Amino acid sequence: MPSRPEKQAPPEFFYDETEARKYTTSSRIIEIQAKLSERALELLALPDDGVSRLLLDIGCGSGLSGETLSENGHQWIGLDISHSMLDIALEREAEGDLILSDIGQGLGLRPGCIDGAISISAVQWLCNADKSSNDPKLRLRAFFGSLYRCLARGARVVLQLYPENHAQLEMITSAAMRSGFSGGLVVDYPHSTRAKKYFLCLICGPPNLSTTLPRAKGEDGGSCSEESDSDGENQTVRVQERQRPRKKQKMLQLTQVHLRTEPFLGNGYGEPKVYIYSSIAVSILEINLRWMDLHTTWVWCSNLSTLDPMTGFWGFCS
Amino acid sequence: MRLLTHNMLSSNIKGVTNGFPLQLEVEKMVVKEVAFNGDFLKNIFPKIEWKALLDAAVAMGCGDLPENAEATMLDNEEFLRKFHHALLQLHLEEGALICPETGRRFPVSKGIPNMLLHEDEV
Repeated sequence: MPSRPEKQAPPEFFYDETEARKYTTSSRIIEIQAKLSERALELLALPDDGVSRLLLDIGCGSGLSGETLSENGHQWIGLDISHSMLDIALEREAEGDLILSDIGQGLGLRPGCIDGAISISAVQWLCNADKSSNDPKLRLRAFFGSLYRCLARGARVVLQLYPENHAQLEMITSAAMRSGFSGGLVVDYPHSTRAKKYFLCLICGPPNLSTTLPRAKGEDGGSCSEESDSDGENQTVRVQERQRPRKKQKMLQLTQVHLRTEPFLGNGYGEPKVYIYSSIAVSILEINLRWMDLHTTWVWCSNLSTLDPMTGFWGFCS
Repeated sequence: MRLLTHNMLSSNIKGVTNGFPLQLEVEKMVVKEVAFNGDFLKNIFPKIEWKALLDAAVAMGCGDLPENAEATMLDNEEFLRKFHHALLQLHLEEGALICPETGRRFPVSKGIPNMLLHEDEV
């Protein structure tokens, strides 16, 4: 039996009554879900004005992540494909509205009406073709395209996901970029294989440089609170030799680039613009660099110590 | 499902150009008390399609809302209370949502609309 749940059966079948119940009675799962949701909400960086917003919880399941949204005073609409999970959300008296829907079919929501969205451990499910009619690429495009449309301009999305491999991550991120999102990937606890968590942070339209950009947790290799396993591989991130024409390459130390005072140039809608917020594996960096292909020279640093200490992200200039 | 959500939902069927608003078929509705939050109402007001909310509230048996609404009315406590009630306290528990263009029926059971599309609708 494959270990990843999405390899076993489509979500609407995998999360049957038994599995849904198991999911929601395990205190360990509840705790992890709560932590991930709080982190996602933090990365969502809503304006700090105490006003409650209308948010989406994509793949809301039994309402564990929605509970975090409610506790923070927000209204939410939860979407999930598993009837059994939604039944448990009802039992748990989830405060948000629940909708049985398949995000791979696109979200049936009006344009510009949602203030933000989070998703915990759901989007990787779109990458599996369970039927011959399910093309993961088309489903990702339908999802991201409709998500982009229903969000207010400048709204953010934080998708926590478990990519199976880098090809899958690339498929997800490129679908998001093609739909008009800008953004980047935050990897918390990058040095730990078990605690490592991926958050794809997307901004609807061009990013606003005045807002604080999120930092990854545990990027200094410090111990992570949730699991103190000793698998810290102590990997250093190096930029590998690139197979590209020399003239296109321009390598600088990131510390020489004044990100705050020199805004990124020439970004129209739809043109890829990527920030990589945190210390990340080289291969992911490579993937992101590929989006930049035509329009950009890139800027990177050769090791983690040269990350901008203020923001902790890698930047690219057009 | 609250009317807030109804006001955001639209029919997602392939080829449908105007899937909003979904018509309500009400078999059972319930009222659930929700804490009043004026800031949320003011924040969401510009995004609400008033006519759709008004019609939906009437379908749910609530005829309290004014025919038209403007942002200036948000300073009026009485208006806010009515808006709050219609938007957040009326729940469609059993019934259906009907696509305005195709007439396709999306059933609502235990307050959860089933918006799953058939393969030929995607």
